[in-house]
Amino acid sequence: MVSKPPVLIITGYGVNCEAESKVAWEMAGADARLIHLHDLLAKPTLLKELKALMFIGGFSFGDHMGSGHVLALRIRHRLRDELHSFIEAGNLILGVCNGFQVMVKLGLLPGLDHDYFNQKIALMQNDGGAFQNFWVDLRFEAASPCMFTRGLERMPLPIRHGEGKIFTTDHDLLDTLERAHCVACRYVDSQTGVPTMRFPDNPNGSLNAIAGLCDPTGRIFGLMPHPEAYLFPENHPQWPYQKIQGTLPKEGLGLKLFRNAVQYMQH
Amino acid sequence: MTYRIEIGLKRGVPDARGRGTATRSTSALQLPVKSIQTRTIYQLDARLSRTELETVREAFTDPVIEIAAIGRLRPPPFDWLIEVGFKPGVTDNVGRTARIALQDVLARPLAEDEAVYTAIQYFVRGTAGRRKTEDGEEEEKQTSNIQHPTSNVECRIADSEQDPTAYSLQSTASPPLTRGQIEHLAKDLLANPLIQTIQIFSPDEWKDEQADERVPAIHEQAEPTVKTYDLGGSDEDLRRISRAHILSLSLDEMRAIRDYFTRPAVRAARQALGLPEQPTDVEVECVAQTWSEHCSHKVFSAKINYVDEQGHTELIKSLFKTYIKASTEKIAKSLDWLVSVFTDNAGIIRFNERLNLVYKVETHNSPSALDPYGGAMTGIVGVNRDPMGTGMGANLLCNVWGYCLGSPFYAGNLPAGLMHPRRIRDGVHQGVIEGGNQSGIPWTRGWEIFDDRYIGKPLVFCGTVGYLPVKLQGRPSERKEIKPGDAMLMLGGRIGKDGIHGATFSSEELRAESPVQAVQIGDPITQRKMYEFLMEARDQGLYRAITDNGAGGLSCSAGEMGRMSGGADLDLSLAPLKYQGLHPWEIFLSEAQERMTLAVAPEQVQAFLDLARRRDVEATVLGTFTDSGVLVIRYKEGVVGRLDMDFLYEGCPVMTLEARWTPPQVPAPLPLRAGKCDSVLTELLTDLNLCSKEFKSRQYDGEVKGLSVVKPYVGIHSDMPSDATIMRVEYDRPEGIILAEGINPFYSDLDTYAMMASVIDEGVRRVISAGGRLGQIAGLDNFCWPDPVESEKTPDGRYKLGQLVRANKALYDVTTAFSVPCISGKDSVKNDSTRGGRKISIPPTVLFSTIARMDDVRKAVTMDMKAAGDLIYVIGLTRRELGASAFFRWLAQRQNTPSHVGGAVPSLDIPQALNLYRAMNKATDQGLLRSSHTPTRGGLAVAFALSAMGGDWGIEADVGKAPSESGLTNDELLFSESNSRFVITIAPEHVRTLEVLFQGLPCACVGRVTEDKILRVKGLRGKTLMTTKTASLRKAFKGTLYGI
Repeated sequence: MVSKPPVLIITGYGVNCEAESKVAWEMAGADARLIHLHDLLAKPTLLKELKALMFIGGFSFGDHMGSGHVLALRIRHRLRDELHSFIEAGNLILGVCNGFQVMVKLGLLPGLDHDYFNQKIALMQNDGGAFQNFWVDLRFEAASPCMFTRGLERMPLPIRHGEGKIFTTDHDLLDTLERAHCVACRYVDSQTGVPTMRFPDNPNGSLNAIAGLCDPTGRIFGLMPHPEAYLFPENHPQWPYQKIQGTLPKEGLGLKLFRNAVQYMQH
Repeated sequence: MTYRIEIGLKRGVPDARGRGTATRSTSALQLPVKSIQTRTIYQLDARLSRTELETVREAFTDPVIEIAAIGRLRPPPFDWLIEVGFKPGVTDNVGRTARIALQDVLARPLAEDEAVYTAIQYFVRGTAGRRKTEDGEEEEKQTSNIQHPTSNVECRIADSEQDPTAYSLQSTASPPLTRGQIEHLAKDLLANPLIQTIQIFSPDEWKDEQADERVPAIHEQAEPTVKTYDLGGSDEDLRRISRAHILSLSLDEMRAIRDYFTRPAVRAARQALGLPEQPTDVEVECVAQTWSEHCSHKVFSAKINYVDEQGHTELIKSLFKTYIKASTEKIAKSLDWLVSVFTDNAGIIRFNERLNLVYKVETHNSPSALDPYGGAMTGIVGVNRDPMGTGMGANLLCNVWGYCLGSPFYAGNLPAGLMHPRRIRDGVHQGVIEGGNQSGIPWTRGWEIFDDRYIGKPLVFCGTVGYLPVKLQGRPSERKEIKPGDAMLMLGGRIGKDGIHGATFSSEELRAESPVQAVQIGDPITQRKMYEFLMEARDQGLYRAITDNGAGGLSCSAGEMGRMSGGADLDLSLAPLKYQGLHPWEIFLSEAQERMTLAVAPEQVQAFLDLARRRDVEATVLGTFTDSGVLVIRYKEGVVGRLDMDFLYEGCPVMTLEARWTPPQVPAPLPLRAGKCDSVLTELLTDLNLCSKEFKSRQYDGEVKGLSVVKPYVGIHSDMPSDATIMRVEYDRPEGIILAEGINPFYSDLDTYAMMASVIDEGVRRVISAGGRLGQIAGLDNFCWPDPVESEKTPDGRYKLGQLVRANKALYDVTTAFSVPCISGKDSVKNDSTRGGRKISIPPTVLFSTIARMDDVRKAVTMDMKAAGDLIYVIGLTRRELGASAFFRWLAQRQNTPSHVGGAVPSLDIPQALNLYRAMNKATDQGLLRSSHTPTRGGLAVAFALSAMGGDWGIEADVGKAPSESGLTNDELLFSESNSRFVITIAPEHVRTLEVLFQGLPCACVGRVTEDKILRVKGLRGKTLMTTKTASLRKAFKGTLYGI
């Protein structure tokens, strides 16, 4: 029997996707545990027992000073060294939506040259200026070293955010990211499958249509769309059509990212 | 010491907030605004060293996109600067979070008096007089860019004006925007002067000013005092006291209070506690809260003399008991899934062997009229606390919302003191969006109704479904039990003056002097933290009972819980305050948000407080529960109030009211010239009450928790409103819940009995359409009425009360016939406004929400047609029922006689409806239905259009084949809004099976789904009624409120 790799999901202070994130990891074969950030800060050695960490979606501290900003501040001030050791030990970190924002503000992403604690790029307000919830089409980049997206090509997933636009005025940085294949997934035109800057296929105006980034090791990954919100075939908005056409998948496609991660941890 | 940090965006970073504000300035206020750039201001009131301050500045700034300065940051060029801050004492959520961040950054706790406040700066540039200059073309481009807030193509690198290093104070030669226009922009778009401060600067004025380092702190020195009321005077004195102190008590009630305090036993008991002879403000205010219409539903429990249209008189002892409660009690005998109804904060029903469901819908109308954003946010966050405080406290599953508003395009005269309906709508949506999203609860149902009679008081409905484990620690989770000696704890937010008199205020019409402190702003994150803590504490069995602090604050929650043990004794001075200077009565009544009151066994208090501390939630012991029969209120050493529980809860005099029903005489519109109806359908689809509400809806999070199955918008393009929504409750099970609702205030203009019957039928048949079953549906009734009590201000009170009686009669008749028990409800009966000297009353409005268990969500049926070649059936009888229909309202509007909507209002044939619904159940069970959609506003014509657009198909249909009464015209066939009907599609191979199921019932094949995306509808004698491309229908349907 293959062991269940232990995964920790950080909760508290306004993040709110803990239930479905736990289910996602469990369905994928991991041993998922929830921990309130307060309790983790009180006992950071807990990280040593783990194979993966997840920063989930939600509104940490209401996103009041910018999405993920205050949670990132707290982690930077109180968990930096432990987190650094956790990364250098070869473990996985996943961030979704607010979790991605926290990781970007911390500097965990893009994490070029093992510089994990200086913010390099921004996730800023959507061009439309408002929070949006609908489904988008993603393309996963085959050349990306991302462990979570290995072997994946296209996937529909829901987005639910107001600040999801990857932005920098530093074009060299964008080029560096592309060359290091840190762009793990992009928003694409639902008809053509080509990365797009057009709303609504690109829901926020993200540069280079970036939906998710990984670090150069491929073990740290964050994205705006929510794979944990597509665990069941009936989550897909057009599932009744898929049912009639006989294309309804057995399980939600978002699960594949978690299965990839578990597989990686088991080997 | 106070400091100011200004944060702006770096050069080249687009300012979406500024751009959105500029868009609204031009589209909503028609101001010649070219651009707006925004900045965030943090005002720190803390003891910081220079190095610390520098660290804070850095930590508060996003290093990639923002720059910041201590003091002033160089401004971009501007014509006007508007700075919007908060008034002292107003909830500043960002400021509160910044204070948390400040402690993390400094790595030390702040003192009580150290705080952070926030403000926003808007640097405005105008367009006037510059359009024809060289860069005119550029400006045009920018204007068109901002008119489509979501149609942006690429990252637009902002112009060099954003360069904060420019330090140019040069504005255009003559300011293109006047100060008056800027004041208009500030007051009517950017800020609500009730709760916010506005400062306006021209560039020169700004230059002459020093950096503003003031903070809106409250440094009130007022010593808390307790006053007494002299109730010994004349009736006129009593009336005056009630009015002057916003007690909203009638003369009878004031007399009852006076008489209570002169009872010898009461006098002796109060004297023994050291209380003065006359009642204290704490006591009188507490009684007024408890007896307020809002808390004790006096109209629904009044005795009513009802006279019907034939002159028959009837004495109704209580509308609530006679119709609502009696109906549920009757139905309860035949159902086994009602767990707790009408006794707790929300109704409880059985879901499966592990879980119970909890559902409550509330209205939050008056606060939303004063501050739409804060009021509506409080509405959603507040109704979350109802399930949270039901039984031992429910987990929250999903939210619903619905608003009745004036048209956002309203161009008439607005009475002084009322906000424009568009602004109310924007604020209400934003409040519920932020409140719901930040709480991590998905929305499932949402709707909007527009009528200009809602401009005086908007109706803001918010509801929440929760679930409770059937048993907790081996005990039924719905049972609360308090033992004498249990500690009384307050949990969550702190108390300020916010929301004082909310309960009595909402029991009043909206007047110009309506109290400002009735405004509350929600704090979803404080509540989220409290909620997560509560679920942990509940599962560890750390408390015995819980209820929320809503209307009336502690005065209501302490009293209500005290009833369970038989009394309570609390010390108001222990309650944590936001700021000093509150009088005891204010602490007792404050409706400051995000608070719960709990009963905790003495031996568990420590464990409870420990967990609360670790979860960053404030919990405070305020007193103990007793069995003395008395509510004793202390402040430090002294007793400031004493009330007998019996008097408080049973002592309110019952009103006797007069009601009379006379059917109104309403003319019908002139008939439409016979012809093709393409344009009628297109115009109906653009009508505010029929058109798509998707644009705003997309800003609500509908998928957090990952349980959704049928979403609010469905179809191949996910853009058609679903009949009902369906979601799982547990991840590993196929069972789920169906949610729907019915609402149609327009029918009230003709007959509230038909209105009520129709909205119940709508709520039920939407569930049936989606795959739900009769016998598993529960209902929630939310009544919103204009004042139905006859008085000088309300000379037509008898008629309005007659309308209310008829609606209740229908509720009883229909719910009992359908076996749909009302498990919870709410009434709000003072929805009038007299601002600006004009009385505006809402039309009688009932929201009937439905919830049903579904065995297998994978059998869900959606409203969109699925495949070309499928056959279209109409099920249910179409009658001549166009009274107050969307078609008649459109016609009457066109004929400039908008009130001429008379005619037969849809009736309800209950036996036939039951047969149809049972047959529909069989059809969904057997998986026959490819789609099912129940016609509502706009009748079959609109139903055909929506279903066809849903699948992006065309149809070929003959409406003349639809089952109908004899002698109907084509208009009646197309647009009649008869109840209990469905438009379904099936695969051709299922014709036989379907027709057998519906044998003997009105059911006919009217056509088929086609490839070509054209709606082709024929009528009587084969006459072509419509040939319209669905693309143009879609454009009409989605255009009206797109971007608005």
